[in-house]
Amino acid sequence: MGGSLNANHLSFLAHGALWTVGLSLIALIGGGLAGFVVALARISPVRAVRILAAGYVQLVQGTPLLVIMFLTFFGLPPLGITVSPLAAASVSLTIYVAAYLGEIWRGCIESVPRQQWEAAEGLALSRTQRMAKVILPQAIRIATPPTVGFMVQIIKNTSLASVVGFVELARAGQIINNALFEPFLIYVIVAVVYFALCYPISRLSRVLEAQRGRGRARLSVETA
Amino acid sequence: MQQNAASGAGSAVVSLREVHKSFGPLKVLDGVTFDVARGEVLTIIGRSGSGKSTALRCIDRFETIDAGQIEVCGHKVHDPGLDLRALRQDVGIVFQSYNLFPHLTIEENIVLAPSSVKRIPKAQARKEARAVLAQVGLEDKLHHYPEQLSGGQQQRAAIARSLAMRPKVMLFDEVTSALDPELTGEVLKVIEALAQDGMTMVMVTHEMGFARSIADRVVFMHRGKVHESGTATILTAPTTPELAQFIGTGL
Amino acid sequence: MRINLDFGAILERWPAFLSGAILTLELAVIATVFGTVIGVLGAIARRSDNPVATRVAALYVETIRNTPLLVQIFLVYFGLASLGVKFPAFTVAAAALTINVGAYTTEIIRAGFDAVPKGQLEAAEGLALSRWQIYWHVVMLPAIEKVYPALTSQFVLLMLASSVTSQISAEELTAVANYIQSDTYRAFETYILVAIAYVVLSLVMRAGFWALGLALFPRRRRLGTPL
Repeated sequence: MGGSLNANHLSFLAHGALWTVGLSLIALIGGGLAGFVVALARISPVRAVRILAAGYVQLVQGTPLLVIMFLTFFGLPPLGITVSPLAAASVSLTIYVAAYLGEIWRGCIESVPRQQWEAAEGLALSRTQRMAKVILPQAIRIATPPTVGFMVQIIKNTSLASVVGFVELARAGQIINNALFEPFLIYVIVAVVYFALCYPISRLSRVLEAQRGRGRARLSVETA
Repeated sequence: MQQNAASGAGSAVVSLREVHKSFGPLKVLDGVTFDVARGEVLTIIGRSGSGKSTALRCIDRFETIDAGQIEVCGHKVHDPGLDLRALRQDVGIVFQSYNLFPHLTIEENIVLAPSSVKRIPKAQARKEARAVLAQVGLEDKLHHYPEQLSGGQQQRAAIARSLAMRPKVMLFDEVTSALDPELTGEVLKVIEALAQDGMTMVMVTHEMGFARSIADRVVFMHRGKVHESGTATILTAPTTPELAQFIGTGL
Repeated sequence: MRINLDFGAILERWPAFLSGAILTLELAVIATVFGTVIGVLGAIARRSDNPVATRVAALYVETIRNTPLLVQIFLVYFGLASLGVKFPAFTVAAAALTINVGAYTTEIIRAGFDAVPKGQLEAAEGLALSRWQIYWHVVMLPAIEKVYPALTSQFVLLMLASSVTSQISAEELTAVANYIQSDTYRAFETYILVAIAYVVLSLVMRAGFWALGLALFPRRRRLGTPL
């Protein structure tokens, strides 16, 4: 590299952007699976499980993602566990996303009206059946807009993987800048790419939210 | 308070003995005793806060009691080791707010419990769903979602959903209170037909006229106690001033 | 594998941690104060009849909310540098964090404004209050009271996010941790302690906001509404 911004630089950035998308998907899937467990644990009938899950959420939500990244990438090797930048970023994001999605989803599960639980209980469904057949299908609808909205947070947060040297979009920008020293131009391009990734998802989340609001309004008019 | 000649604990489908229940400092049930015999229709009336809904909910163990005994179809409801799901297979409950599952069609609402609790094959469960829906006059709404139905239709569908489990006793918790006056009739008609078929029923209701016409026995609750009980005649000739006043207000 | 952890060597460096933590709190307080101001102005702009003001505010909010803080910090840092102005890292960090959180507070406060019932406005107009009197007494204070929990959570998140300013060498808590771990080669212990420090800082901030809420909204104090 060197000289002025050319096609090679742009393709390097595009490659980084692809990894931003890839890392976001890893975080969404990993954090989603773990977050689902966290959400269920938060409303578990077993007190110890609830407390444990609440402690996990409090701890992670009280710690910057950046510190979690440093902890996994720099903190584990001295203990004899070596991790690649990708592994460190994936694990950190999963831990982080699980705490936030877990809380969001717990809220959604709890916002299904109590009477739905009672009606399912009255029909002799077991706790698992109540959850799987009555509560979760309704909670998923409630959860869709905020989950889509949180995907924007995930994409933005993958930029922090740059601090452990993982070459996603932000790190790609840094590397090019080190060669060209055109910071303003390069970071504007980087920002525009992030915006292009995030904005449609933000919009989608708002549209879904509005649809849900309308659906609810219609329902309440009809049953009033 | 007068105790009606209980038709012998042996034939009673539901029996409450000296049931006590408090919510915090508030005593809602203060020694409630009554029986419901097989095929009998018992209506519970009283002001809001008299404990009538709580009494009903205790029968299906939606509330746990502090003291006393409740026996329902041979299940000891007061026993902490009660098999809840066995109890609830024998008892059907219909709520004030219908509580149909909004994400399922009427058919799916009805089929859910028989197929997943009783493990009845889907095809047969669907056939029975059609039968119970016909019973409440809604066979054409099989594939509708709850929100596409009027309140009265939703409540009838909720009754059908309970019937599909073939309960031995049905509980109705102010099932017409959320309905517009012109819709209550269709729900009451369904309940009346059930009574004629010999279903054992306990219902908490505000509909005095209906209570009078359908009830084999009436229990008037006041301040957590069974204040007066007897046949439906107590509604026209109350013996306690509290019941007289309650009826007088037309509530 | 033998793990021997030694927190002693790290704890010895407590004065450095403390000054880092203080700097982190300072950043958070500055961004909270100015972020609230921006949020109020932004919310007013977004609800105004002036199409230019609405668009500018919307552009600001959408740009900030759809790009990472890290990139925003780089842009402010290098952007100012390219203007030939050399600011201390702390100033740049405070500016970037304020710009960032302002977009979120704009949205939160706007939601608060929207939640004020129309009847309240009509009642105030009926009492012949001026437009600004209405904004202050009938819209602003009740709106902020309503969104206070969301607002304060946002500021706690911002405090945590301020760790990113370590990337432009602001000497806050994470930056302190970075050089201590490279000094001591005890990365695990260092970052564990720093994580705990952040948890404590967020608890401190929550407690502070709770007390502030009691002072700001007497109704809450009287009615005992949990914040």
